Amino acid sequence: MIELSHIEKRFGDAVILRDINLLLPERSVTALIGPSGGGKSTLLRCINLLEIPQAGRLRIGDESIDFAEGRKIGWKDIRRIRLQTGMVFQNFQLFPHRTAIQNVMEGLVTVLGWPEAKARARAMELLEKVDLAHKADAWPASLSGGQQQRVAIARALAPSPRVLLCDEPTSALDPELSQEVVDVLSALAREGTTMVMATHDIRLASRIADQVVFLEAGRVVETGRGADIFSHAAEERTRRFVASIHAAGGASAG
Amino acid sequence: MPHWLQLMIDSLPTLLLAGLTFTIPLTLISFVLGLALGLVTAIARLFGPAPLVAVARFYVWIIRGTPLLVQLFVIFYGLPSIGILLDAFPAALIGFTLNIGAYSSEIIRAVISSVPRGQWEAAYSIGMTWRQAMTRTILPQAARVAVPPLSNTFISLVKDTSLAAAITVPELFQSAQRIVATTYEPLILYIEAALIYLAMSSVLSALQVRLEARFARYGGMLEANR
Repeated sequence: MIELSHIEKRFGDAVILRDINLLLPERSVTALIGPSGGGKSTLLRCINLLEIPQAGRLRIGDESIDFAEGRKIGWKDIRRIRLQTGMVFQNFQLFPHRTAIQNVMEGLVTVLGWPEAKARARAMELLEKVDLAHKADAWPASLSGGQQQRVAIARALAPSPRVLLCDEPTSALDPELSQEVVDVLSALAREGTTMVMATHDIRLASRIADQVVFLEAGRVVETGRGADIFSHAAEERTRRFVASIHAAGGASAG
Repeated sequence: MPHWLQLMIDSLPTLLLAGLTFTIPLTLISFVLGLALGLVTAIARLFGPAPLVAVARFYVWIIRGTPLLVQLFVIFYGLPSIGILLDAFPAALIGFTLNIGAYSSEIIRAVISSVPRGQWEAAYSIGMTWRQAMTRTILPQAARVAVPPLSNTFISLVKDTSLAAAITVPELFQSAQRIVATTYEPLILYIEAALIYLAMSSVLSALQVRLEARFARYGGMLEANR
């Protein structure tokens, strides 16, 4: 279980997240939707401490951490939380100087100190899972965007994190390539991987999210089951936003 | 055999020996030490606290803003007046190291900054420390971009070591000067010395090509990382 209580994040005077309270059950998929600049990415990055909130409390499984104005969070605490998480980025961010399998092994060998052979076996297993075992020795630059993102998913899953954070995982991909990433993420969801994803991709969100959180101007406007939010959201603002992305999706598909 | 060719052949062993015992060691040692100094300086400027940034900037400002020959003279002829007496070779080594350190720090600073921020985040997201991210993710990518400009610096250094002649280091160029003093054939000897410098620079250019080819194996920069 992941629990965010009263999380607040500011950059200078700009308040990016205010009083965020969320409960993300184990083995569930949560989609964060909302307009750009609404705080989706920042919220994700607060969960693995790429951004440190100014206030609130974060709990991932047995690990928890409290934030306060001016309190410096030490590396030990950051590491303790971060090792519970894996992250997938909009632009993949594979290490270009390492092959696909080396990308997946990197965290296991460098961070967790696994022996090479054990890490390689684990990495191969994950590449099979994302259907890229045949590309194990390929350089990232020779892979398509969809393939790169699948390697990135394998890299994020390598140390068996408690939660997979996906920041716009399909936004940099055309519809065909994004389909293969959606397929992989759906398969992971079915297996019970706990996921939180920021996304504009209705297809992705409606297909795999158990819970949808609509975020605007740093606030949670509405939280609900995917089916409810996408068909009959309680808040007028949420309905308008859902209608707008449906319209945009329809236009780009047509 | 024409006279000029005979003279060149006769002087060759002396010149090569000077190159082998002074020019090449001076170049290699000061380049390696200078790179290390440049890396430290670059990291201080990019990530250090304000006082360290100021020290690094001051160092680069002084070294880049004054002639290398004057720096060598200060170290070899000037420092003895305050009790620091150095032999010619170590004096030259210090001068060249400080010089390479300043120039390469600017290159290293630029190439480290050229690695996209997302690469740091990717490294952190899998749990790496700053040092692991730096050594395993950022520097290997920065190194690739650094090969052409650092090769420039290296090749300049080979030629600049001839300045050490002015502080009595018996390197290649000074050996040529000595032979000229007895043979009165400046054109032939200085052209010969120039050809030997050209040969050394050419070897380095060839090494640069091989190094670039080695880095090129992983293909272009990732589209998405630009």
